[in-house]
Amino acid sequence: MNTAATQNPEIQKEDSMLLQKAMINANYDALATAHEDGKKISSTFVPGNLNELLMCFDFVRNLPEINALQAGMRKKSGGYIMEAERSGHSEDVCTYVKSDLGMMAQGQVGPNGKPLPTPDLLLLSYTGCFTFMKWFELVRDRYDCETAMLHVPYQADGKITDNMRKFVVTQIKETVIPALERVSGIKFDIDKLREYLAESAKAEDDLVWVLQSARNKPSPIDAYFGGVYYCGPIFTAFRGSPDTTAYYRALRREVGERIEQGLGPVTPDGVLEDERFRLVVEGPPNWTHFRDFWKMFYDEGAVVVASSYTKVGGVYDFGFRHDPAHPLETLADYCLGCYTNHSLPARVDMLCNYIDEYQADGFLVNSIKSCNSFSAGQLLMLREIEQRTGKPAGFIETDLVDPRYFSPANVKNRLESYFQMIAQKRSRGDARTAA
Amino acid sequence: MALDQIVERCQDLYEDLSFSSVQAWKEAGSGRKAIGYMPVYVPREIIHAAGMLPVGILGGGEHLDVIHGDAYYQSYICRIPRSTIELAITGRLDCLDGMIFPSTCDVIRNLSGMWQLKFADKLVRYFDVPQNFDRDVGGVFYTHELRDFCEQLEALGGNRITNANLAASIALYNENRQAIRDLYQYRSAKPWQTPTAEVYLLMRAGMVLPVDDHTRLIRDYLAAVETVERPLRDNCRVVINGLFCEQPPLGLLKSIEIAGCYVVDDDFMLVARWLLHDVPTEGDALENLSEAFISYSAETSCKFVALREDKGKFLVDSVRRNGAEGVIFASPSFCDPALLDRPMLQNALNAHRIPYTAFKFAENSGQMQPIREQAGTFADSIKLWSAA
Repeated sequence: MNTAATQNPEIQKEDSMLLQKAMINANYDALATAHEDGKKISSTFVPGNLNELLMCFDFVRNLPEINALQAGMRKKSGGYIMEAERSGHSEDVCTYVKSDLGMMAQGQVGPNGKPLPTPDLLLLSYTGCFTFMKWFELVRDRYDCETAMLHVPYQADGKITDNMRKFVVTQIKETVIPALERVSGIKFDIDKLREYLAESAKAEDDLVWVLQSARNKPSPIDAYFGGVYYCGPIFTAFRGSPDTTAYYRALRREVGERIEQGLGPVTPDGVLEDERFRLVVEGPPNWTHFRDFWKMFYDEGAVVVASSYTKVGGVYDFGFRHDPAHPLETLADYCLGCYTNHSLPARVDMLCNYIDEYQADGFLVNSIKSCNSFSAGQLLMLREIEQRTGKPAGFIETDLVDPRYFSPANVKNRLESYFQMIAQKRSRGDARTAA
Repeated sequence: MALDQIVERCQDLYEDLSFSSVQAWKEAGSGRKAIGYMPVYVPREIIHAAGMLPVGILGGGEHLDVIHGDAYYQSYICRIPRSTIELAITGRLDCLDGMIFPSTCDVIRNLSGMWQLKFADKLVRYFDVPQNFDRDVGGVFYTHELRDFCEQLEALGGNRITNANLAASIALYNENRQAIRDLYQYRSAKPWQTPTAEVYLLMRAGMVLPVDDHTRLIRDYLAAVETVERPLRDNCRVVINGLFCEQPPLGLLKSIEIAGCYVVDDDFMLVARWLLHDVPTEGDALENLSEAFISYSAETSCKFVALREDKGKFLVDSVRRNGAEGVIFASPSFCDPALLDRPMLQNALNAHRIPYTAFKFAENSGQMQPIREQAGTFADSIKLWSAA
């Protein structure tokens, strides 16, 4: 086994990770006491979330995907999923949904050990994932709370048409805002929204800077395993808040220092010292064995320099920023632009671009059983990308939060073979160059 | 035409995975084009008004050997996309000049992208329909989408879609909808006369035949079936649900009936039954189609139900209207819409004390014995224990 990272008995964390942890814990605390504090709770999804708009109405934001993810990392999702299956949910369907439903059935205790109160509103941002629609129908079936649907059309031809944008804006005006006003009892203030959007744009600038720092050799970040932490605040309940701007400023500073010192990414075992493979990864990670999974990469000196999953809650690295001058239109463009709302050809173009721009050695798909939105078509994407870039492609299969679908030995074997393939291909290339 | 001949013709069309009837239709006139569409709903009237033949593509069924298609999908993806890819790669869909992929689920949605990558020379459209059913919001969006669809077909075929020829197409499809309503009402009244496998084959014929031919075929069937007497059995009456996309093997439908269940309503080939009433032929034809979708379309798992109290109502109403005694949920394996929806529909049935049973299938399921046993047990339980 290669150990490229400095071994350290204690799990290593960046300062920004600790800052983020504090933000997440504070949000769970706010959720636990929201009703006592006279506040309303809105549940909503990560892709296409209207966080700035929800903040205008003082909603405390609950993100069921994040709850499921947290349950996965805390080894609780397996039990929740079994609970949901026992009550009649199919073994075939999304495990995020079943983890959420199972958690509700077992007393609805959040990751911080405190109860998660019943939401007052389900803001159904139906963006890039069919399952979202059924998920909130299922949650509504249990809680009988108001549901506001925001249907975001799919960018099938790789562009946002005026009709799509107008449809989303009209829904925000005619359906979403009135529902938010009704449930919260607070009148909509567009200037407040503009303030939050301006704050978002600052954080987005810094996030993009951080993600693009992986162009450096060695990369100072891992844009998949580390990237999911970096995206956390901006993808969830925090985008638009000054705390988030401060978080990204701190993160940028931290990464900047690493670049100056020529350091690699911080892994749970310390700083990765020997970057051997630079990868672009498509698909979400597995959460139930997150550290074990990551270790399979950094033990081999593999660093992910770009990933599609870190674009699932917003694609910012091709220029989009929330624009306070056009508040509702910018929310529409944000929702329409999330990664899984892009067509397969657009996704292929994006990934090829990453391979080129980040000087990757290979492309890897982590195909997720639960997530058809990502997974259906990935085998064709893989072939297409391999053909266009000439870079070796690899394919592994896991799941988001169902521990039954993470087979460590199998995944490790596949990854090791894949890294060998890249090494061989590289040595053949070097030999050819030498000749 | 005699009953046997009608059923035989439908069976031939069903088994013809080369779509030779579509090829024959194209060859019968110069410049004719055919457009494929997948489940659940596309406005076929528009394709017809463009002078083209709408062709329902419902996967490869139980007889297609999927060799290439499996290389495109992981094991946990349903079968219909892999057999559809197989049909295309093996040249069976060469007769189609375009493919339409409705917003049924993520798998069908992503299949549209695969088509764009694999068959770039063909027209490919992802057909988005609104999940907002306010006519000033979703209706406006949808009307624009319909207009854009018209322009796309006009560019492909060179025929302008005028309001008059779209209204004429709507009229033809209204006749077809009426014939299908008559067929379903007849089956509901006399299910012993109209085995569901026959109804299914008749509906499948409508996926490849020109609409007027299909209407005539249904009318002929209804006339012919009245001339024969089939034995009335002591079966229970059921609605089957979950078959709106991937299709069941014919043997599955026969097994349910052999096991003691008369099917009195179903949800297969909803494209033909999606609009619940006739679409007006006066006024702006596109607006009329849009209004029909927004205000009087059917309900299935692919559609958002805005109010909790309405969830499952469509199914419960079908049970009541057809005098059914129970529901059989037959869902394709790995079908997100059907399988995620099922617990909510079951809750609605529980609230109305309507019994149900559930199983999964794939379009190439071979073993029918377990399904026969389950459906038989369900039928027995209804006969023995139902309050009625």
